[in-house]
This record gives sequence, structure tokens and C-alpha cells, in this order.
Amino acid sequence: METKRIVLYLNQFFGQIGGEDKADTPPHSVEKAVGPGMGLSALLPKNCTIVGTIICGDGYFNENLEEASAAVRQMLEEFAPDVVIAGPAFNAGRYGMACGMVGKIAHEMGIPAVSGMYPENPGVETYRQYLYIIETGNSAASMRTALPAMAKLAGKLANNEPVGSAAEEGYLSRGIRRNVFVEKRGSERAIEMLLKKLKGEPFETEYPIPHFDRVEPAEAITDLSKAVIALVTSGGIVPKGNPDRIEASSASRYGKYSIEGIDSLTSDSFETAHGGYDPVYANDVPDRVVPVDALRHLEKQGRIGKLFPYFYSTVGNGTSVANAKKYAAEIAQELVNEGVHAVILTST
Amino acid sequence: MQLTVGNIFINDLQFGPVTEVKGKTLYVNKEELTELLLQDEHLLSVNIDIAHPGDSIRIMPVKDVIEPRVKPELDGGIFPGMVSKMFPAGVGLTHVLKGVSVVTTGKIVGYQEGIIDMQGPGAELTPFSKLHNLVIVANPVSGITPHQHEAALRKMGLKAANYLGQAARGVAPDESVTYELLPVHEYHKQYPDLPKVAYVYMLQSQGLLHDTYYYGVDVKNMVPTLMHPTEVMDGAIVSGNCVSACDKNTTYHHLNNPVIHDLLQRHGKDLCFVGCVITNENVTLLDKQRSSDLTAKLVEYLGVDGVIISEEGFGNPDTDLIMNCTKIEQKGIKTVLITDEFAGQDGTSQSLADGSPSATAIVSGGNANALITLPPMERVIGNIDPVEVIAGGFKGNRGADGSITVELQAIIGATNELGFNKLTAREY
Repeated sequence: METKRIVLYLNQFFGQIGGEDKADTPPHSVEKAVGPGMGLSALLPKNCTIVGTIICGDGYFNENLEEASAAVRQMLEEFAPDVVIAGPAFNAGRYGMACGMVGKIAHEMGIPAVSGMYPENPGVETYRQYLYIIETGNSAASMRTALPAMAKLAGKLANNEPVGSAAEEGYLSRGIRRNVFVEKRGSERAIEMLLKKLKGEPFETEYPIPHFDRVEPAEAITDLSKAVIALVTSGGIVPKGNPDRIEASSASRYGKYSIEGIDSLTSDSFETAHGGYDPVYANDVPDRVVPVDALRHLEKQGRIGKLFPYFYSTVGNGTSVANAKKYAAEIAQELVNEGVHAVILTST
Repeated sequence: MQLTVGNIFINDLQFGPVTEVKGKTLYVNKEELTELLLQDEHLLSVNIDIAHPGDSIRIMPVKDVIEPRVKPELDGGIFPGMVSKMFPAGVGLTHVLKGVSVVTTGKIVGYQEGIIDMQGPGAELTPFSKLHNLVIVANPVSGITPHQHEAALRKMGLKAANYLGQAARGVAPDESVTYELLPVHEYHKQYPDLPKVAYVYMLQSQGLLHDTYYYGVDVKNMVPTLMHPTEVMDGAIVSGNCVSACDKNTTYHHLNNPVIHDLLQRHGKDLCFVGCVITNENVTLLDKQRSSDLTAKLVEYLGVDGVIISEEGFGNPDTDLIMNCTKIEQKGIKTVLITDEFAGQDGTSQSLADGSPSATAIVSGGNANALITLPPMERVIGNIDPVEVIAGGFKGNRGADGSITVELQAIIGATNELGFNKLTAREY
């Protein structure tokens, strides 16, 4: 089996330099395993060797992030490891942040990284998408259980073996959902889960419901007659021919279309790109989804100040929340910059 | 009351001079069936083809899949109130041709019809790759509206399945299962020590090509109601929708609802299955509030300890799922939800459009946004052209070699929310 190179990152304490008085130590490296590296060496697969340890004070790393990161990057380039192991940092906040950043640097260099942290360590929330963080207890007392899991996962990464789910490997979720085939069909899994729930036995949901955003409504507009109003839709109304090629489902983009001098969206020049509903009624009268006619009417009556001369459109059908958030942030910023006071959002 | 289901196992499908079961083969008289189907004035032409498991065949855009069945004691076909005269479904005797189905395809109706690959990685994601499929490619007359087109295709598939079902009328089944149906209070007495369980069966009813029918009634216009679990086995529920292929329930899924099947299997063993509540997924808030209030009331009325709730579709119906869950849990009745996920192609987005702290137990049918490349097939039945615009497709997804890249969304039944499959998603 090909020999694989592992590099370890430790803070001043686990790097055996000293306590808080040595927290301002800049990064340096030694060409051997130190501290927890001794235990890890024994647990790693036989073809994996810890070729070096990078040690840095927690205070220095967090207060000199740029310099520390540059130095760590250079050391990693020199060691050219197959896998980086950082920590474990348990519930030490500054150490966790440093381990996470080391994982991010490795990630950017295309090197997989493993750490170990207590779930509440701030390093988890900030960096978990860049490295695998094995769940540990909140103190070094859990070193004994942390190291075998870290070594096992690092060994798999070094040898390009498939990595199991968060629950299977013991790492904290990186927030990525991946499809897998399981032994039993869904109906059977549901019945078994229900029977456990009814008996008060522990059960594991297949999808933990995340915390949902609640957006506080903005202050009401006191004088609509002076307000600039914009129309934004997830109903997929686009100029005929769909010039931006917005997808019928899982839209990867949104469009911005002029309605300057247009009193009504008609079937001659507009249509819907949305694939989630029967388009007949929207195509007949696109105003049904983006009510330009009604807004122009209110504009003429002086009940609103002005209709913003563009509308924005995307397709809501199957479009991920992450993409929708991104489009919304961009659209909202443009509308704010253009002095728009209010938006009518239409969905389908 | 009871229903006896007699399964007749079929392992080959061929054209022949007479439509009949001979040995383990179903023979189909193509001309006779064609003539029957063309009686619909909305259809210009139909071409009937056969796809076997393992064939290098891609079928798309697939509208519906239907299993042929018949009631030997009654004249005519199943799907009462829809394409057959009315009769109470779920009692008496039913013969099923297992291993075959009718697949309807042709000119695309909406954007949301899907793909069945009979071999390769796509075949692993759809249950219909394992069946001998009678594929009907239908071309509508010109000037037809999408909803007329949908109705014509829907009825065509049901009629074709009933036509095949007639061949099962006089055949002795290979296996028979009898389900006893009792009044609610008798169930409670039957197994006093087992947990009482009901099933909340959510039916797609967003409208505009997203419809489901119960005895021919458009379920948008229905309030939640009680149903005997066996009613689905005679086609009381029919799919009439073009929701994204991955998580729409085809008529085949309704006929073979796995939650109902598995609950009946375990009835008297580790649970007592009391009955089903069917409800809809309408689009207005008032409708959602009404349906979830009445669903929770009916579940409480059944006196059960727990329910399984299954969803159909995604996004908007996620709100119905969560409202049903929350209101039922508020009554002290435990829930498990079956859904699927739209977590983005990279799997990092939020999977559902709604959520609640009450939704503690969820079974996932997988992430429908995940991408898959389907290798070229020797033959396409239907029409490959819409592959860029069907839900789950995108511009430039056709390889020069005939391969296509799609989200699982485009594959019929891939992330089914009745729990038909073994696919799920996990945190990585």
C-alpha cells in the first residue's frame, strides 16, 4: 500500500510548549508527531505516517489571522500531506476557530482535513463545510474516544475510501444531504419509527427540521401616493422566448425586464417559463401573475407614486431555498439602491 | 366485509391475435386496443409498444403508470366513477396482473412528465423498470388545451389497463390475500392491547394539471373523508396530474400504496390499523386550514394513538403536511411524516419549504435535486425532445452520445413519498 502523509495541527498547550503564557507563539513546525499525535499514530492505518506537526498559539492565530494562515499554508505546501488532522479542540473556542481555519486552508489546497470539537465550539458553525469535525465531549477527558474516530476517518480520506454519513462516522453534520439506498422501503421505515415513537423509545428522524427564518414585516408605508412600487415574481413571467433561459424548475437564475411605457403585459410579448402549473391562464394574460395593468391604473389615479420601470422574475418551482435567498438578496439590494419603497411579491 | 386480492404473476408481455393470459405471458391484441382507444375524439393516433426489464429503452415523457386489474364478479372495469360505472371499491374479489403495467406517453402535456429507463442507473431509481410495460404513445388532435390533453391521456391509460384487466377475469390466481374490514369500534375491540394507528393520505390537488380523483370526484372539491384501506386496490384513487415525476403518485402507486400494504401486513401483529383519512393539498390558505382542521378531527374521531402522514409533491404542499402534523400532534396523537427533499443539487439547501418543532419524525425519500447522468439507450419510446424543459432538466443536458443529465426529479417515482422505495437522504 502506498505510504500516505499526515500533518497534524496543534495549539501551544497540546503542542507541549506551554499554557496561556505561550498563547502568543507564532506558527512553527516539527517533523514528527507531538502530543495527541502519538496516540493518533498508533490508531492510523499502517500506511499513514504523521510526517510533521504545525504548532501555533491560540492567541497568535486568532489575533494575526492573515499572517498565521499564510504561514500555515506555506508549511502545508512544504509537507504536501494527503490529509490534515487539526486538534481535537473540544470546547476551546480559539483553538476550535484555529483548527477550522486550518481545515479551510487545506480545503482550498485540495487536501481533506479532520478535526474534533464539541458541538457548541464556534469553530463548528464557522468552518464545518470545509472539514470533517468529529463530535467530542467538551473537555480533553474525551480524548480517548475522539482519537479513534478521527484516525479512522483520516485513514479513509488518505486512502480515498468512501466516507459514510455524519451519523455513521461520528462527525458533526456539514449540512450536506446525500442520497443513499437503505435496506427497507420508506413505508416500513415510517411504521417502525411510529411504533418507537408510540412506545416512547428513542428514534432517529431521517430529516431534522431546521430552524426556520421568520422575517419581521417592514413598517407600513404611510403615504402610498409618493411611494415607488416594484413587482417581483416567482411565477416565471418572462419576455416571449424566455431570453434568459430561466429553467422551468430549479431555476439557476432570475431575469430583470423593462416595463417602461408598457401598460399591460399581454400574450403578444410575455409568457411564463414556470413548469409547475398549467400555463394557459398565465400565458393568456400575463398580468394575472405580474399585475402591471392594475399598478398602472393605481399610478394614473395617483394612489401610488410610481411603478418601478422593471420587474424581476424567477421560477419558484423546485428552486432551492439557498438559491432563492441569493436572488432575493441581489434583487433587494438593487431595489434599495434605486430608491424603491415597497415590493409586491407574487407567487403561483 | 372483506376483499380478496388474487395475484396472477406475469413474466412476459407479447403482442398476439387475442388479448389473454397464456401460461405466464400476457398477450395483447394491438389492433383491438388501438381501435378502443381511438374512440376518444381528442386522440389523433396511438402507437403501442412493449418495454421489458433490462431492455435498452428510455420511455419519456411518462404521464401515468397503471396496473391492470379486474373485478371478476362484476361487469366492466375498475376505477369506479372514473371510467367505469360506480360501485363500492375495496370489497369482494379483485384479480391483479402482477409484473405488467400500462405506461402512457406521447406529446408532453405540461413540463412535469418523467423518464423510465429500462436498464442502467436510471432503472435503479424507478420501480417501473422492473415491469413489462405496455407503452402507449398518444398524439392528441390539434387545438386541444393542456387540461383536455391531460384528461384524454388519463382516461386512455385507465381504459387500456381495464382492457388488459379483462384478461385476468377467468384466470386462477397464483396467490390470494383476504383483508377483513370492520367497523371502527370493532377494530378497537379486536386488538385492545396494540397501538391504534391510522393513515393520513394526502392527495395532490393544487389544480392546473395537479389533480387527483376519488371515485371520479376532483379532490380539490372534496373535504377530508374516511376511507377503507382496500378501496385503493380497486382504483378508487386515480392520478390526474403532471407534478414533478419523482414524487407524484402514479395510479400504479395508488393501487399498490405501500403504507396501506405494510400497515395491513402488520395489523394484529404489532399494531392495529383502524383506517385511512384522505385529504387534499389545495392552494389557498382557507382551504389548507379547512382541510387540516377536518383531517385532525377525523383522526381524533378514529380514536388512534398515532398516524402516518404521506405527502404528494413538494413546496406548496409542504405547508399542508406541516399543518396536518401540527394539528394532529396538538391532539396528543403521534405522527410520522413521509416526504422527500429539495436540498439543491449540492445538497446544502433547506430541504422543505415549511417546518415545525412538532415534526420530529420524518422519513425522507431522498433529495430530488441530486443530479444523475443517464447513459444513452438504443431506443427512445415517446419523445426525447422535451428533456431540457421537463422539471429536473436544464438547457444543455443532452450529451452528444445520447446520454442525458437530469435531477432525480425527472425520473418517475424516484423519491416517492408513499415510501415505495429504498432511497433516502442522510446528513454528510
